[in-house]
Amino acid sequence: MKIKEMAELLGAEVLCGEDMLDKEVKSACGCDMMSDVLAFVKEQAVLITGLCNPQVVRTAQMMDMVCIVFVRGKRPPAEVIELAKEEEIVVLATTERMYVACGKLYQNGLSGGSLVNG
Amino acid sequence: MDDFVRLKYDIDGENFTSAGEASTMVKRNLRQMGFSPETIRKVSVAMYEGEINMVIHAKGGVATVDVYDDKIVIVLADEGPGIPDVALAMQAGYSTAPENIRSLGFGAGMGLPNMKKYTDEMKIDTVVGQGTTVTMTVYV
Repeated sequence: MKIKEMAELLGAEVLCGEDMLDKEVKSACGCDMMSDVLAFVKEQAVLITGLCNPQVVRTAQMMDMVCIVFVRGKRPPAEVIELAKEEEIVVLATTERMYVACGKLYQNGLSGGSLVNG
Repeated sequence: MDDFVRLKYDIDGENFTSAGEASTMVKRNLRQMGFSPETIRKVSVAMYEGEINMVIHAKGGVATVDVYDDKIVIVLADEGPGIPDVALAMQAGYSTAPENIRSLGFGAGMGLPNMKKYTDEMKIDTVVGQGTTVTMTVYV
């Protein structure tokens, strides 16, 4: 799925990375605990979260993720967007809740991917 | 093979927002040096968790990363409260982080277990009341 299609499915606003919307993503992870993302994510390209601080971008960057989706209508502060721009990570914001956002993406072919060490 | 490049960073313990900056810089450096994505991810995740720990528990410290041809050695040294029971601290899910840290997405008790998981060797030297030094090695 292209990031562009994700944005359409979620009715999401693109907060940064407009030039990277054609990037292809295969899997995603929905999580508000960044340590769990660092523990369990392997090759998920998308991070779906309701947490809105710079550590979300840092975590995504450490895991080589290409897109962050903020759910529940949360708007990250400007410093978070700036950091994402620096790291070339696309940021989307949707009013959908976590469960619904994940469900829509999963139903349309975005899988949960694999886990580190199973 | 004793030649190495040393990267050294002061970790600001007062600022949770900037936590992770050093790990980000290490990641960039290793990328420029041409290491594999897997090696880079291991080093940067382990160091990032360590950096967060130093900010949460120890008011910062010093991170030193020695890059050899065949291994990368990360040393995180702080003068914080020390770890009274290392075995307990290593248990996945055990955390002494305050509630405000949990609301920032950390304090899940996965920091030390993650650091161990992503590195080939990890040694914790700690003295209660004096500080902690964590030495982690990733073989290339």
